[in-house]
Amino acid sequence: MADTKQLYQEVILDHNKKPRNWGTLADATHKAEGHNPLCGDHLSLTLRMREQVIDAIAFHGESCAICKASASMMTGAVKGRSRRDAETLIQEFRDMATGKLDLDQQPHHLGKLTVFAGVRDLPTRVKCAILPWHTLHAAFHAIASTSTEAEADPMHAPIGGSA
Amino acid sequence: MNAIHGALKPETAPALDVERIRADFPILKLRVKGKPLVYLDNAASSQMPRPVIDRWVRYQTTQHANIHRAVHYLSETATAEYEAARRKLQAFINAREEREVIFTRGTTESINLVMHGYGRKFIGQGDEIILTTLEHHSNIVPWQMLAEEKGAKLRVVPVNDRGELELEQYETLFNARTRFVGVTHVSNALGTINPVKEMIAAAHRHGVPVLVDGAQAAPHLNVDVQDLDCDFYAFSGHKMCGPTGIGVLYGRAGLLESMQPYQGGGDMILSVTFEKTTYNVIPHKFEAGTPPIAAAVALGAAADYLTAIGMERIGAYESGLLDYATVQVNRIPGVRILGTAEKKAAVLSFVMDGVHPHDVGTLLNEEGVAIRTGHHCAQPVMQRYRVAATSRASFAFYNTMAEVDALVAAIRKVQKVFG
Repeated sequence: MADTKQLYQEVILDHNKKPRNWGTLADATHKAEGHNPLCGDHLSLTLRMREQVIDAIAFHGESCAICKASASMMTGAVKGRSRRDAETLIQEFRDMATGKLDLDQQPHHLGKLTVFAGVRDLPTRVKCAILPWHTLHAAFHAIASTSTEAEADPMHAPIGGSA
Repeated sequence: MNAIHGALKPETAPALDVERIRADFPILKLRVKGKPLVYLDNAASSQMPRPVIDRWVRYQTTQHANIHRAVHYLSETATAEYEAARRKLQAFINAREEREVIFTRGTTESINLVMHGYGRKFIGQGDEIILTTLEHHSNIVPWQMLAEEKGAKLRVVPVNDRGELELEQYETLFNARTRFVGVTHVSNALGTINPVKEMIAAAHRHGVPVLVDGAQAAPHLNVDVQDLDCDFYAFSGHKMCGPTGIGVLYGRAGLLESMQPYQGGGDMILSVTFEKTTYNVIPHKFEAGTPPIAAAVALGAAADYLTAIGMERIGAYESGLLDYATVQVNRIPGVRILGTAEKKAAVLSFVMDGVHPHDVGTLLNEEGVAIRTGHHCAQPVMQRYRVAATSRASFAFYNTMAEVDALVAAIRKVQKVFG
């Protein structure tokens, strides 16, 4: 098992302190709110799509370092990418966080996002890391509000589930 | 003696020998992440000492059968042990009669029992129920469900910045429609010890019964239901060195008799025909089905264990731990303690500048320090302080000053990580 402190490495702490793409887009075409009712984490995500490409993206909210850094790095990773690419990253990030993706053996596009691989060993923190991705998924599918605990949410199942 | 202030008065009895006590708790020898376990999540659940574990095993290995049923040896033994446990709990809270002690699954079920048995029978449309901002969700949600069902209304006692109830406001909430008061003895999120005796007296001047949530008080204070003069007192086994799945509802005999049953089934009846069922007498009327017998017997042993040490001694020792921890944590720049009531049980809720409680909890775990982070099932308290969550260290009589030092060192390490 990896040392948890490895998770709290420079890059995550830096994004927590100075989150990128922090704020709200006035001309958003898609938006969603993400909640984790178990710990009170909350974030608000807005994005502007232009011809299936994420032209701009911003987030703000109140959350732990893992969640905030994940959101910050997510916005950097998906900006300028197509919705399809972003959906792929959502899937891969989710699989990495839940331990379903073997980073050494299976192909992926996660790049720097692999700093979050350590959450797989922290069952109580997996949801913190996934919440922003969860919220992006909700924004794409025009679900105004999403929760890590919502049964009906299509992203709910992956945590400990088989989808 | 005054039960409310019991924890705060150092008694003349010899101080508690914490190393001897720790030897009774096998789990305290664990190492976590290569470091000695520092267990500071006692408000969530306490640990179990060897005599309680042994009692459970002895019951299960030599005394178990179903109770109140058969004429054979084991059934008689199990019944006797179960009822003996009831008397131990009766003594633990100084109830007048043993039939006033009902075994439940825990505080939550105790409160739900009162909501169904008393609330649904005696509280109606337009009636009012007084609760406080300091309540755990388990003493809010059942009453909210009742209020929704009956068209009743909840009134809430506010708290001041220190986390103490505003008693003057409490008095003004009573009117001709007030039917019930629910108040926690000790706040699980902040540690505030509420002046429940005075609050009960005030309610009784208006002819209103009071339920006290004693989940956080029973393990730390000398609880005397006659001195408090409360109508209902609810608490859990697993927070007072007993097992999970067992708890107690104390109720005044007259009130319990006037109430409707909570659950129907075996043991709670005297006779059943398809035309009519005659309910059993209290406490059996409220103990439908086979109860957790072994858990009840073990809880009796837990009450014995705590009583042998002495609740005054436990309270005084924990006060010392809290005072020391408060001074040490206050010395850390950027850390703020929430809940600074004059009368507090050994709970230390805090927030750190720039570090979310979830991160605090994860990093403290790296040091072997177990605390609870989150809203502590007390979201109205969090809203009052405008925080989403806190970190909470909660102490028991088996914790040490050295463990307080370990907590403080771990907090400083978290600050280092976050720069």
